[in-house]
Amino acid sequence: MSEVGLRQVSKRFGEIEAVRDLSFELASGEFVVLLGPTGAGKTTTLRLVAGLELPDEGRVSVDGRDATRESPAARDVAFVFQQYSLYPHLTVFDNLAFPLRAPGRRLSEMEIRKRVQEIAELLRIAGKLGNRATRLSGGEMQRVAIGRALVRRPAIYLMDEPLSSLDAKLRADLRLELKRIQADLGATVLYVTHDQIEAMTMASRIGVMREGTLIQIGTPREIYESPNDLYVAARLGSPRINLLPVELAAGERTPTRTKTIGVRTEHLLIARPTNAGLVGQVRRVEHLGDQNHVHIEYKGHSLITLADPHRPLAAGQEVGLSLLNPLYFDAAGRRIGVAAE
Amino acid sequence: MAQIRVENLRKVFHDFTAVVGSSFTIDDGAFFVMLGPSGCGKTTTLRMIAGLELPSEGRILLDGEDVTFRRAAERDIAFVFQLFALYPHMNVAENVGFPLKCQGVARDEVRAQVREAARLLRIEHLLSSKVSNLSGGDRQRVAVGRAIVRRPKAFLMDEPLGALDAELRHDMSEELRDLHDRIGATTVYVTHDQLEAMSMADRIAVMNHGVVEQIGAPQDIYDLPASMFVAEFVGSPPMNLIPFAGRLRPSDNSVRVGGASVAIPEAREDGPSESLVLGVRPEHVSFADEAPLRGRVFGTEYLGTTQIVTIDIEQGQIKARLPSLASVRPGETVGLAFKASSLLVFDQASGRAVRSALHEGHTHV
Repeated sequence: MSEVGLRQVSKRFGEIEAVRDLSFELASGEFVVLLGPTGAGKTTTLRLVAGLELPDEGRVSVDGRDATRESPAARDVAFVFQQYSLYPHLTVFDNLAFPLRAPGRRLSEMEIRKRVQEIAELLRIAGKLGNRATRLSGGEMQRVAIGRALVRRPAIYLMDEPLSSLDAKLRADLRLELKRIQADLGATVLYVTHDQIEAMTMASRIGVMREGTLIQIGTPREIYESPNDLYVAARLGSPRINLLPVELAAGERTPTRTKTIGVRTEHLLIARPTNAGLVGQVRRVEHLGDQNHVHIEYKGHSLITLADPHRPLAAGQEVGLSLLNPLYFDAAGRRIGVAAE
Repeated sequence: MAQIRVENLRKVFHDFTAVVGSSFTIDDGAFFVMLGPSGCGKTTTLRMIAGLELPSEGRILLDGEDVTFRRAAERDIAFVFQLFALYPHMNVAENVGFPLKCQGVARDEVRAQVREAARLLRIEHLLSSKVSNLSGGDRQRVAVGRAIVRRPKAFLMDEPLGALDAELRHDMSEELRDLHDRIGATTVYVTHDQLEAMSMADRIAVMNHGVVEQIGAPQDIYDLPASMFVAEFVGSPPMNLIPFAGRLRPSDNSVRVGGASVAIPEAREDGPSESLVLGVRPEHVSFADEAPLRGRVFGTEYLGTTQIVTIDIEQGQIKARLPSLASVRPGETVGLAFKASSLLVFDQASGRAVRSALHEGHTHV
C-alpha cells in the first residue's frame, strides 16, 4: 500500500511555478530521494507532503486517505531539516523525549524512557543522553535531530538535506547509518538532496527533478544505466557522462533521429589508434589513486575515460576510442529507444 | 618562472609551533599542493613563502636567491586568497587591470595584458560586465585573472575554491589546472581536499601537526603512504587499517591477522614492535568464499560502476570497493581476500610504514 501519493500536484508562488503536474507514490518502507539543483521544486514537494504548503491543483494522500486539506499535525509526518534545531537548555534525553511528551500523546514516562533509549542506541548516542545538547559535536547534534523525528514513529519521515551541514567524513558515516536505521525500522522516507552520491547510495528509488517537474523516477541502477533524458544522464555519474554530437562519431551506427551520443566514462574504451576508428589525443592524466581519469581531446571535444592507475599513458599520446553501450538522444534531449511513459 | 626552495622552515606563534621544520624544493613550473587538515601548518607555510609571515627559523629561496627577509611586494609572487574580494564598483576589465594600473603601466599596455589574461581564462565576453552580476565561478575567474595579469614568478593559492559548491569546484579545479598547463608558472596550492590534491598536483606535500609527513607524486602517495595518517587522509573511502599483534622480520612474506594468514609483500626491515597495523585499500579487498578471514556485511552503497561494501570484522569495520554487479546483501557472512602485492604494514605506535618489497623501484610521474 502506498504511504504517500501525489497526484497531478501544482504549486505557484506568484510568477514562479515551483512544482508542475507532479505525480508519484511512495510505498511503505521505501526510501525515495528527490534529487535536483536548487530551485528544482524538491523542498516545495516535501512541504506539500508535510502540509506546510497547500497545492493549487492536485491531491495529496497519506496512508491511503485524501490529506490534501489536512493540517500538518493531522498528517502524522516528521520533518528533519538541514539545520538541527535542538533545545539548547535541555539534555539529549529531554530533546529526544520532547515529541513524546507533546499534549495529547499520553505516553507513560516508562514508555518514553524505553523509546528514547532504543532510538539513542540505534543512533549510537546512548552514552550522551545526560549531556546538554550544546555540548555535542556537529554530527552528534544532527543525530539527535534525526532521533527526535524517529522517536515518534510517524507514517512518513520527510528529510530536507539533513546531512549537508556536516563535514565529508561524517556525512559518509551518517549516510550508511541512516540507511541502516531506515531498514531496521522499515521506515518510509522522502528525502531531498542535491548530492548525487547521497541519492545513489541511500535511495530505493531516485526521483530526478528539474524546474518543478519530475523527469524520471526509478532505482539508482535504472536511473544510472537507463536515463530517459540527457539531463538525467548528465546528473548522475562522476565524472559526468561523455556527450558527443552525432556528426563527430562518423562510422558509428546510430538510430536515425540521433543528435547526441552519450557514453559513460567507464564505457569509453581506449586502444591502439586505427585508421578505421575514432582517434583522440590524451590531454592529461589525472591520478585519483584507485583509478586514473584520462582526459582526451577528440575533434575539439573533451572526453574523459577511466584507466587503471598503473597503465602507462602520457599527455600527447594518440589513442583509439570505442564506445560501449552508447545511449542515443534526439534533438529534444530525449533518449531514443525508450518507450514514453 | 621560478624554483622555490624552503630550508628548515619553522614558525612559532607564542607557545604554539605551527610549522616544525620543513625542507623541500618546488621545481620551476610545477603544480605543488600542500594538503592537510585545518591547523596542520599548510597555510602558515604558504604565507611564509609569500612573505606575509616571517619564519622563526630557516630560509626561503626563490630561484636560488634568499628572499627570507624580503617584503611580499618585492618577491614577485601572486597570492590568490579564498573569497578574493573584487571591487564592486569596477567592471571585470578594471578589476583585472587594477594591479597593473597601480604599478603605473601605460593604459594601452594594461588593456593588452587584460585581454590576454581574459583570453587565457576564457572570460573575454565578460570584460565590460559588472562584477555583481557574475556567477560564483566567473568571480573566481576574475580573481585569478587579477593574479595572472602581473605575470609573477609564482602563484600561491590558499583554498581558492573553498567557497564553491561541489560541482562548480570540480569544474574550476580542472580549469585552474588547464590554465597552469597553458602558462606554466610555478604554483603552490593549499587545500584540505584530498581529491583536489590528487587530481591537480604534480607533487603533493601531506602535512599534519606542522610536520610534512610525505612528499611525492599523487600515485606514490596513494600507493605507498609513509604513515597511517597519510594512508587515512588520502583516498576515499580511506585505506582500511586493521590492527594485529605479531613479530615481523625481514624477508617475512605473511602476517597473522585474527588467526588467518595474510600474504604481504616481503618485509625489508624488522617490525618496530609487535603492535602492527595492516593497510588495505578498499579496491584491494575481494570476497572469497573459502577465505579464513570472515566478516558480516553491514551495508552497501551503489555508485554506478562500483559499490562500496562496509563489512564488520572482529577488528572493526572495513570497506571494499566491488563491481556494482556483484550481488551483496546486508547481514550475510563473507570471506575476505586481500591483494597481497599491494598491502602495507604500519607500526601502531609511530604510525610509520614498515619497508617492504613494495617500496622498491616504485616510481610514477
